[in-house]
Amino acid sequence: MNLSSGSLERAIPRPSAPIRLSRVATIIVFLLPATLAYLGLVLFPIVQGIYYSFFRWNGLGPAENFIGLDNYVRAFSDRVFLSALGHNLLIVALSLLLQLPLALGLALLVRSMVRGRTLFRTIFFLPFVLSEVITGVIWSFIYRPQGGLITWLFQQLAPNAQPPALLADPDTVLYALFVVITWKYFGYHMILYIAGLQNIPAELEEAAQIDGAGRWQVLRYVTIPLLGTTIRLTIYLSVLGAIQLFDLVWVMTGGGPVNASDTMATYLYKFGFQRFQLGYGSAVAVIMFLICFVFSLVYQRYALRRDFE
Amino acid sequence: MAPAYAPELRPTRRWVIPTLQYVLAAGMALIVLIPLITTVFNGFKSNAEVLLDPFGLPTSWHPENYTTILRSASFWQQLSNSTLVMLATAAGVLVISSMAAFVFARMPFRGREVLFNVFMVGLLFPVTVAILPLYITLRHLRLIDSLWGVILPQIAFGLASNILILRGFFASIPRELEEAAAIDGCGPINFFVRILLPLTRPALAAVVVLTMVASWNNFFLPLLVLNSESLYTLPLGIMQFQGQFGTEWNRVLAFVTLALVPTIIFYLFAERHIITGLVAGALKG
Repeated sequence: MNLSSGSLERAIPRPSAPIRLSRVATIIVFLLPATLAYLGLVLFPIVQGIYYSFFRWNGLGPAENFIGLDNYVRAFSDRVFLSALGHNLLIVALSLLLQLPLALGLALLVRSMVRGRTLFRTIFFLPFVLSEVITGVIWSFIYRPQGGLITWLFQQLAPNAQPPALLADPDTVLYALFVVITWKYFGYHMILYIAGLQNIPAELEEAAQIDGAGRWQVLRYVTIPLLGTTIRLTIYLSVLGAIQLFDLVWVMTGGGPVNASDTMATYLYKFGFQRFQLGYGSAVAVIMFLICFVFSLVYQRYALRRDFE
Repeated sequence: MAPAYAPELRPTRRWVIPTLQYVLAAGMALIVLIPLITTVFNGFKSNAEVLLDPFGLPTSWHPENYTTILRSASFWQQLSNSTLVMLATAAGVLVISSMAAFVFARMPFRGREVLFNVFMVGLLFPVTVAILPLYITLRHLRLIDSLWGVILPQIAFGLASNILILRGFFASIPRELEEAAAIDGCGPINFFVRILLPLTRPALAAVVVLTMVASWNNFFLPLLVLNSESLYTLPLGIMQFQGQFGTEWNRVLAFVTLALVPTIIFYLFAERHIITGLVAGALKG
């Protein structure tokens, strides 16, 4: 890049000082708004959050009660927080084991279609653009114990049995939420897989077929390995998304019944904004960040590194 | 093209597998669409009928569920708040990210990579993690209970990913073009405005459309920042409406339908851009 700007100055025989100055001015003016917004509203609050996490503080007045790591100790000795963390991990596991394979299957299905692939792709991707609130309200209706769609279906199949109240039962609520999460987000991963599949040269799969490989063998030994980059990426995005889960849970259950569907983010919201424990809430946020950060580092080091040199 | 071997297997296989594929795809399409379609129709029912038969078509149509909402001032207020926040966020993101991405892609200076990486650290920080101190910062700036308190953080938190996407597209424009423009007396700003931006219009469209979708759907930030009902955006309005009319599902679902329609129309028009943006953002991040 320096070479070509050098050739530019050689091409135009004119004093280089004014050019430099106007370049510097351009650089400063062009970077200023982004830098100000980013420093003021992203980096500064995050650094502040780390600072607050060492205080017992209700958010009013200056933070004065320095308590060191007590907030962190408190979080890790609070069963509700630990169970919220466990709920996030369960959603991570379900997403990786069920949602991503479903998305991959549908991407392969859409790809192999001669007709209608655009239509199906458009339909499958549609829930991703709907808001979490709309999705949450629609599915709250579907799960309604009296007269909801699930209840209705259940009554058609087993008219005499008591229909389940999926969102009100601590044993089923997370799975019921996971169905909604899958409904809303599988299309996103599917789109990434479709994009990844388009980058695989058709000759490679054809060559394997000519060598006598069946459908499954081509899929197992050619297509999926070649899709590795995309698969590793969707795993990454899926894990980070599941750790920050808030909107859908808040709209549908508020973390209930009795904290059975709390996630770290709903827990953070309850303590930070409803009970005004900003110091403690900040410690929860820092823990969430550290989990994301450590996961990112480890995952990028060991899984993504081969994809981006 | 003629089957070279095992001809007795081919004729059946040739239609069995595609048919199965279409059955599977159609089944999945129904799972996606049925919740949405029933929402629209339940909005036309009486509440009693919604509870008795959530699955069927309305036996008597009640368009007044919709018209009452359409006549209420608060619905239009929320629609216009959402629109305003969306347009301001998209404009801000477009202008600010493209300017920064231009420098990061094409104007080398000492320390540029360091600064760029500082921005990219932002990819690791979702709003959720920064929300408590961000709230306090906004309170200091007197932006709580103001639409700007939603717009500005949305712009700031959108910067990292959008700068990344745009830098990639800006860098792909050949050097020679810039040099040719320079020989014709075109400075960097002119090159940016007159040549680079028009040439990368698909990328800009992707950034704008993605930002619009995210802003339109945003819930967490407006939930914290906006207290006055007159400032509510649509997602907040839906939550409030459901709280108020929770037992009258016909009206709640009519409200949801009215909020759903603009999104779906927008999606059908902008699908291509949304997908371009998502794929570019994901694969480069």
